[in-house]
Amino acid sequence: MTDLSAAAPALPAPRQKPSLLAPSARMRRRNAAEARFRLYGLAAIALALATLAIMLFTILRDGVSSFTQASLSFPVELSAETLDPKGNRNPAELSKVTTIGYGKVLTAALLAEVERRGIATDLSDKDISALISKDAPGTLRAQVLADPTLIGTTIDATVFAAGRIDGFLKGRVTLESAERDSNISPEQLRLAQQLVDAGMLTSAFNWSFLTNPDASDQRPEAAGLGVAILGSLYMMVLVLILCVPVGIAASIYLEEFAPKNRWTDAIEVNISNLAAVPSIVFGILGLAIFINFAGLPQSSSVVGALVLSLMTLPTIIIATRAAIRAVPPSIRDAALGVGASKMQTVFHHVLPLAMPGILTGTILGLASALGETAPLLLIGMVAFVDNYPSLPPEGILDPATALPVQVYSWASRSDPAFIERSNGAIIVLLVFLVVMNVAAILLRRRFERRW
Amino acid sequence: MSVLMTLAAVAVLALASFVLSRQRALASAGGNPRLMHSLPGYYGWNGAISVLAPALAALLVWLLAQPMVIEARISAALPVGMVADPAARELAMADIRRVADGLDTAVAAGALSLDQAAALTAADARATLGEVGVALGAEVSDATLSAARDYRATSAWGAALRTILVLAVAVAGLIWAVSRSHKDFRARNSVERVVLGLLIAASSIAVLTTVGIIWSMVSETFDFFSKYPAKDFFFSLTWSPNFRGGSELGILPLIWGTLYITVISMLVAVPIGLFAAIYLAEYASRRTRAWVKPLIEIIAGIPTVVFGIFALVTVGPALRDWFAEPLGLGNSGSSVMTAGIVIGILNIPFISSLSDDIINAVPQSLRDGSYGLGATRSETVKQVILPAALPGIVGAILMAASRAIGETMIVVMGAGAAAKLSLNPFEAMTTMTVKIVGQLTGDTDFASPETLVAFALGMTLFVITLCLNIFALWIVRKYREQYE
Repeated sequence: MTDLSAAAPALPAPRQKPSLLAPSARMRRRNAAEARFRLYGLAAIALALATLAIMLFTILRDGVSSFTQASLSFPVELSAETLDPKGNRNPAELSKVTTIGYGKVLTAALLAEVERRGIATDLSDKDISALISKDAPGTLRAQVLADPTLIGTTIDATVFAAGRIDGFLKGRVTLESAERDSNISPEQLRLAQQLVDAGMLTSAFNWSFLTNPDASDQRPEAAGLGVAILGSLYMMVLVLILCVPVGIAASIYLEEFAPKNRWTDAIEVNISNLAAVPSIVFGILGLAIFINFAGLPQSSSVVGALVLSLMTLPTIIIATRAAIRAVPPSIRDAALGVGASKMQTVFHHVLPLAMPGILTGTILGLASALGETAPLLLIGMVAFVDNYPSLPPEGILDPATALPVQVYSWASRSDPAFIERSNGAIIVLLVFLVVMNVAAILLRRRFERRW
Repeated sequence: MSVLMTLAAVAVLALASFVLSRQRALASAGGNPRLMHSLPGYYGWNGAISVLAPALAALLVWLLAQPMVIEARISAALPVGMVADPAARELAMADIRRVADGLDTAVAAGALSLDQAAALTAADARATLGEVGVALGAEVSDATLSAARDYRATSAWGAALRTILVLAVAVAGLIWAVSRSHKDFRARNSVERVVLGLLIAASSIAVLTTVGIIWSMVSETFDFFSKYPAKDFFFSLTWSPNFRGGSELGILPLIWGTLYITVISMLVAVPIGLFAAIYLAEYASRRTRAWVKPLIEIIAGIPTVVFGIFALVTVGPALRDWFAEPLGLGNSGSSVMTAGIVIGILNIPFISSLSDDIINAVPQSLRDGSYGLGATRSETVKQVILPAALPGIVGAILMAASRAIGETMIVVMGAGAAAKLSLNPFEAMTTMTVKIVGQLTGDTDFASPETLVAFALGMTLFVITLCLNIFALWIVRKYREQYE
């Protein structure tokens, strides 16, 4: 090279002799980078778990209270004059008295009880009666119609308190928030406090949250999950019936019999793609084919089950194929060696041995189907349903709703009491999911075999 | 005979065929199963299948064909005015069906005798049917009533014929199967062929589902484009559907919202998921891993509607109160940021478990070589493991992106419903999935472009996610390092 002058000063400065005992500056930097990197990993895990914890915590915090419910108990005189004007206890005559009539009976009874206990209040009678849930007259009417001998007696009725009063007992509604609320006044809350002190207004575990059907916007306290749980149950059973045989049959064919050709390749590619199709697309499919084309009724659990089955099928096929593949070839060879046919080998030996794995995959697939919401919105399961579907087989054509859909439809209502119900519904849903997942884990632990 | 009764009869015949075929085959071998070609049970099964398969096929074909044939006949007999165009024909047929069903209900409920049903005049049809709980919208015209009577008569006649045909086929199958049952008959092969056919049919359902998805969306999408210009759909910047007509249905604001939310969700999910995977694969002790990995995967098992509530009740208001309002960026609880962050959280386990598998697949020898040269663990991860695992990780990220694009409940509850082209992440925007739900729930009219647009949106969504997935698989396959 010609440019000698440039090369000469490029000689490195004499390096410090590295010591094994004292780390050099560079080594310290590298070690610091190492520590930082490790910390990022820890932070990422901590962040993910913290978010999970926060989410579960907020759901529990907001939702647990939906399992208790404030109710008013007071003696109600079911006077024969108002409830059975003709006095002949004829069910047809009795049912002519509407819930308005029963509402008046309840109001009168509550006013009388408040007066008897000497609870002083300057509220109007109408404001006092607003403490009773709008659902209560209907419940009382059903009770009387079921047992007409009650008429003329005085019963100790326990009826739901209105949603705002329930919220007051749970701390959601306060005297301050009542100032701004047109549905309740601070005076009513003070009266409620007096009733609590007098032991008339109490909070207790709320079974009706699990059994009642949905209720209208005005009556959050009466809304329950009965129809949703039933609908989800119907759908899960149907998915099990529709999906599992087909999934297992498809897996057996693909794993044991399928020749390597274009058709089986197409099937394989299809299954892996179907597993990645957004769930809402399955909803469009259900709407277009099962409802518009095949004419099945909207919001029915059978349509929901068909859609969920198509969605779950790839999951079940993938799990089943893995389970079948895990059965060692020696089993097949032994069976074939003693003269079993290919079909006998599969059905008598491979399938029973793969069963635990298949069951585990099936339960996990069902669990994900149970939590699916979006496709069910499109096939009309978000509609307001307050009648229980009848028993199968006709019941699968009745309108129903599903647990996750109920969560969504409650969350989109305006009354904050429904957010509490929505979180309560999530707790129920999560309990079901935990049970299913634990079952899958136990099944795997109990029957898993290493070859 | 009702369909259910017919099925029961066929089942009884199948059972009989099972027993008879098995006995005959055994008898032909003199009661010694060892002289038979197949185990005795196979002869029985062959008998049962010979009854069931043709009978069920005949029943199915008949059930599908009968309504079509009858409707064609009835509508041919209707006055020309009622069947002027397909829509009117559909309406007229619906009326006829309803009246016919009403007559059936009335007869079944005992409100009408068969003779009375035949003599019912158009004038009092509505009132009579109303009494048994069959509500009819308008007065019944004479033509409709006579057509409905005709419909009932033909249907009843068809049902009788169906039962006869199905039972005849079943009996023929029984006779054929029993006559074939002989010790030399290869019953096992014949049964196994049927079982194999069933297995093939089951595995074809996956393909049928895809065909169904594409068919259901393509036909409606074409219908939409015949009512609304495709150019406006793909290039218009406004989305303002109006069920009274004159709506603008440009997809661009929706695509923008979708992509914006997806990008934010990936900004959350990729770093957290990837670092979590690296830590679990390279740093964590076996015990920690056994605990933490399932815990993270719990996130993947939680239904998305729960995340939706989390976005709606917790994340949205928190972001609004702590960031958007103090920064003056808006006052909406539902925003791109809310939905993006929550979808990001949902995708963490997806990315972390996929990446974890991929990182674990990198052979130990590469790590040992790097450590041998004096690299620290993080240097090994950054310079050896990640480059080796990159195609797989990119594939995982693309799949997660496709999930984010197709995610519905979180955006429905957390992103808002206003279609906007805006850069502000704290503003409510909307996505394709939200609009699919919006346009298809509630009362829908499948003739208006405002409803049909949902199918075009679904088609777009399907194509985008499918392309992303295929691309992801292609990357993984093409750039996969082959070790060993």
